[in-house]
Amino acid sequence: MTDIIAEPEGGDRRKGSLLAQDTRTQKRNAAERRFQIYGMVAVSIAVLALVFLLTSIVSNGIGSFSQTFISLDVVLAEDKLDKTGSRDRTEMAKVSTFGYAPLIKAAIEDRIAAEGIEIDGLTKPDALISKEAAAQLRNFVLANTDRVGDTVEFKFLASGRIDGYYKGRVTMASAALDRNISPEQLMLADALKDAGALERTFNWDFITAPDASENRPEAAGLGVAILGSLYMMVVVLFLALPIGVAASIYLEEFAPKNFLTDVIEVNISNLAAVPSIVFGILGLAIFINFAGLPQSAPIVGGLVLTLMTLPTIIIATRASLKSVPPSIREAALGVGASKMQTVFHHVLPLAAPGILTGTIIGLSQALGETAPLLLIGMVAFVREYPGAPPEGFFDPASALPVQIYNWTTRSDPAFVERASGAIIVLLIFLLIMNIVAIILRRRFERRW
Amino acid sequence: MPLIWLIAIIFALAVLGFVMGRGRAVASAGGDTRGLHSLPSYYGWNVALTVMTPAFGLLALWLLIQPMWIESRVSAQLPENAISETSTRELVMSDVRRVAEGLEAINAPFGGAHPVVNDAYLADLREQIGSVGVALGSDITVGVYDAARSFRTLSGWGGTAMSVVAFLTALGGFSVSYMVTNKDFRARNTVERGILLVLVAAASIAILTTLGLVLSMLFEARNFFAAHPWQDFFFGTKWAPDFRGNSELAILPLLWGTLYISVIALLVAVPVGLFAAIFLSEYASSRVRSLTKPAIEVLAGIPTIVYGLFALITVGPMLRDYFALPLGFGQSSSSVITAGLVMGIMLIPFVSSLSDDIINAVPQSMRDGSYALGATQSETIRQVVVPAALPGIVGAVLLAASRAIGETMIVVLGAGAAAAQFDRGLGELVNPFQAMTTITVKIVSQLTGDTDFSSPETLVAFALGLSLFTITLGLNVLALWIVRRYREQYE
Amino acid sequence: MNDMRITNRTIEMNDIKIAAKGVDVFYGDTHAIKDVSVEIQDKTVTAFIGPSGCGKSTFLRCLNRMNDTIDVARVTGDIRIDGEDIYDAKVDPVQLRAKVGMVFQKPNPFPKSIFENVAYGPKIHGLARTNDELEEIVMKSLNRAGLIDEVKDRLLAPATGLSGGQQQRLCIARAIAINPDVLLMDEPCSALDPIATARIEDLMWELKENFTIVIVTHSMQQASRVSQQTGFFHMGVLAEVGTTEQIFQNPVDTRTRDYITGRFG
Repeated sequence: MTDIIAEPEGGDRRKGSLLAQDTRTQKRNAAERRFQIYGMVAVSIAVLALVFLLTSIVSNGIGSFSQTFISLDVVLAEDKLDKTGSRDRTEMAKVSTFGYAPLIKAAIEDRIAAEGIEIDGLTKPDALISKEAAAQLRNFVLANTDRVGDTVEFKFLASGRIDGYYKGRVTMASAALDRNISPEQLMLADALKDAGALERTFNWDFITAPDASENRPEAAGLGVAILGSLYMMVVVLFLALPIGVAASIYLEEFAPKNFLTDVIEVNISNLAAVPSIVFGILGLAIFINFAGLPQSAPIVGGLVLTLMTLPTIIIATRASLKSVPPSIREAALGVGASKMQTVFHHVLPLAAPGILTGTIIGLSQALGETAPLLLIGMVAFVREYPGAPPEGFFDPASALPVQIYNWTTRSDPAFVERASGAIIVLLIFLLIMNIVAIILRRRFERRW
Repeated sequence: MPLIWLIAIIFALAVLGFVMGRGRAVASAGGDTRGLHSLPSYYGWNVALTVMTPAFGLLALWLLIQPMWIESRVSAQLPENAISETSTRELVMSDVRRVAEGLEAINAPFGGAHPVVNDAYLADLREQIGSVGVALGSDITVGVYDAARSFRTLSGWGGTAMSVVAFLTALGGFSVSYMVTNKDFRARNTVERGILLVLVAAASIAILTTLGLVLSMLFEARNFFAAHPWQDFFFGTKWAPDFRGNSELAILPLLWGTLYISVIALLVAVPVGLFAAIFLSEYASSRVRSLTKPAIEVLAGIPTIVYGLFALITVGPMLRDYFALPLGFGQSSSSVITAGLVMGIMLIPFVSSLSDDIINAVPQSMRDGSYALGATQSETIRQVVVPAALPGIVGAVLLAASRAIGETMIVVLGAGAAAAQFDRGLGELVNPFQAMTTITVKIVSQLTGDTDFSSPETLVAFALGLSLFTITLGLNVLALWIVRRYREQYE
Repeated sequence: MNDMRITNRTIEMNDIKIAAKGVDVFYGDTHAIKDVSVEIQDKTVTAFIGPSGCGKSTFLRCLNRMNDTIDVARVTGDIRIDGEDIYDAKVDPVQLRAKVGMVFQKPNPFPKSIFENVAYGPKIHGLARTNDELEEIVMKSLNRAGLIDEVKDRLLAPATGLSGGQQQRLCIARAIAINPDVLLMDEPCSALDPIATARIEDLMWELKENFTIVIVTHSMQQASRVSQQTGFFHMGVLAEVGTTEQIFQNPVDTRTRDYITGRFG
């Protein structure tokens, strides 16, 4: 073997000083820097995409939280609203919203005259006011029949085009081409604004009011959708959490290692990756067509989302059960507790924060899920608030993400603003849920 | 709601059982709870659970089976002539159900003096039913009316029978478990066995869900293939549904759109996600990491509808105005590239967090080995870490691909509704600025709005769903298998 | 062979290869190494012994700046190899590590073929202009590591299929393939059985002709068998350093004496 050791060393250019980088090292270090830059570019792309996404949504949607209103004094003329003079509600209810429109028209014409506004070629000044105003007026009159004959000040929604004018969506040039608004009407709006009759204020109705039809975007709100989403989350919470925890406890603490358990395990990890739309097909075929549950109902949405959320909750719960050290189990078993007592008295309470965090994450996924809900009819146009639980779970309702989708399919560009605004609301809900999850995790974080 | 009441009664019985069972056990030990085999509350639980479990189980089964049984009974009773030529038995049955519902709503008498059933009576009935909010699409025929009456009678009987049987079951459970309660009864073991059964039932819901997924699609897909040749579906080249019949429903054009968009999404997500993961885990200072990592995670928490709207109102018009129009590639703002790009952004955090886990699973000793040989950090990553992590990364990419293929909202809003057309030449097929549709988009469009579950145009959605499920399941199983084997290698 | 070992044990007056002066290492707030000074001569084997956690491995990792890869580690003091301060700002650790190779406690072959494992170093340092040259370097290194007979028929098989001892010799082959001056060995035999250990010890004897070897070991027998110079580390301090004979037969420091006679450790 000595002959190998004695082998002469070849000339070696690397035996130079360490203090000077040779050219190869310089090249390699340049490659190193390039590689680092690729990484930085990748991270920047991701972060910029997020910023771009959020800015786009917020800048498009922030406008929906404020709305243009027009204040008018309306004369509640008796000869129009209560011809019999009996103040009988059922009798007065026969006057449809069309009967109220002339009152509004008269009110705005009075206001124009009172302010001395004169605009050449102005027609149909009542086009400034939302078609929703007549319904608002009618509801007021039917609720306060004694006010008929009085003059009452109302704050009406301005029509979508006028609102768009003050949000930059509508311009004089676009109005000239628009069947629904004319430049003269915009000038009138400006004049009314100067007179203080027109103002833009925060719009609670966007959050509380129900959806509105295609041609009155200014009145569309999220009330029904938020309530529907809330109902579904309640269903998901009350089904997915107990079932998920029970399943995890079995799989993690009791299940024998056999074929069936393996099948369940593989099943769960696969279910977590099944496309959500497929769950919608399941909901349609089983819950609606087979079991006969009503369409558009929060209960069906809740059931579908429960099945979707279960894998998430099971995976999180198992991880947090696994993180409870075996020494705790041994200690409990050692004092004579049964396996069941050990799990329910010691392991489960220690794993609770992790389970809660997982549940909230599962819920927030469910809250944003859209595709399966489209298939079970939640995309329908619903103006009625669902009733109180438990019957309310079976009433038709919408859901936040579906409402967003619904609005994107409508032609009036004002609905794009509504959809973006609804996303802001959705994101705020998600943010709150995630913050709660983070706080829970921080607060109960344990070190073993 | 009688059902609510029934449930409440059973609950009340369970609570009573808890108190009495506990009391009986304590009494049998002469008031000294130390003489009991188990803790006193276990005796209570034993009675309560024996009351509830069989009764609720029976209730659930009954609720599931009764409608099916009544449906088939009534449907068999429905005479052939009650079904007009333009209608089907299913449609008539849905009328029957609504009439029965209406009769219930107006609280029509069950038996007694039977009114003369003629057209005038039925027209009046239709109006009455309509006035309580049950609108009917057509006039009520005598056949439908009779069927509805027996439907209602059967439902009524079924409901009563269910309440009685469920209550008796609960009561039976109560007495049996109450009788066996004494101080030597092994209450804890019995209760724990019961709880274990509940746990097993919960765990098997996962299997039931999969079963439900597969069966629901299989049945309807079978109906579809009965009405539409399977060769045309799998090997046809044209997607042209026509609700007057003679539709061409082939999956290939949709599959092409799906795969094309997914490939673009992966081309964006894989390099960006992988490099981001490498940068954050190997290079970034802890300050940079603490700022950027949550930002990337936020991307993962954003619902897909948000990405969809982003594609629709921002990315799509931008790509059209700055690329497609000036370059003459088309004028559609919905396009393959729009959907692909946005979906790619959505997948970045998915790829990066999976790669992060996988890269961190490569043992430090392997990196040390490379550094000790004088390798730079990037040489170590490219030539040692990434090759070592390759199976895991491939698994992650497959999982991302399965996500991309199954993604719905982004393509619904960003990709368009026109199916790829194989007969218009390759140029149009590969133009990324062309609107193109996917399997998921068509599932949504065929199953929303007016659906008729007997027409192949609706049923095709189930065949599409089944194909989608099969493809993604295959990818998932493969990916999970690869990832699992990869992890075992380093454990 | 045994006779040769004994005659070789007297230290010839070679050049000083490594000189450390006042070296301190901190891991965050922990003061892991305190004021260590030692000189190591060219083409000798120096062993560092001591109880676990005493800092001997940490000191070894200072010599090729492996501690740089740990974020919280901080090294102060003066370490010179061939008279050049290796912690000088101008020194590229990559270049340094090409000169100071290292073999680790647990064999850590890359998940590649046997050939690729050995070829990796020469490839990144550009030592071979052609494939033939690369092959020559690989074969020569495998030969020097005493592994060639066992693997020459399966050079393209995965390295993870080798036995633990073979893997460790492969790692040695991998380290010497880039022809370093110094070879650091961090408890290279702790994961191996006695037969594999003996083979590696034999190998060290041969390699010492060409390389300066610094070995960390928890086995006093191993230190006495392979080294000419021995240092004893205790709680981050280099308690005593001297010829191996002197340390084992006539230790000056009481801690060294207690350790060697088996009172602790």
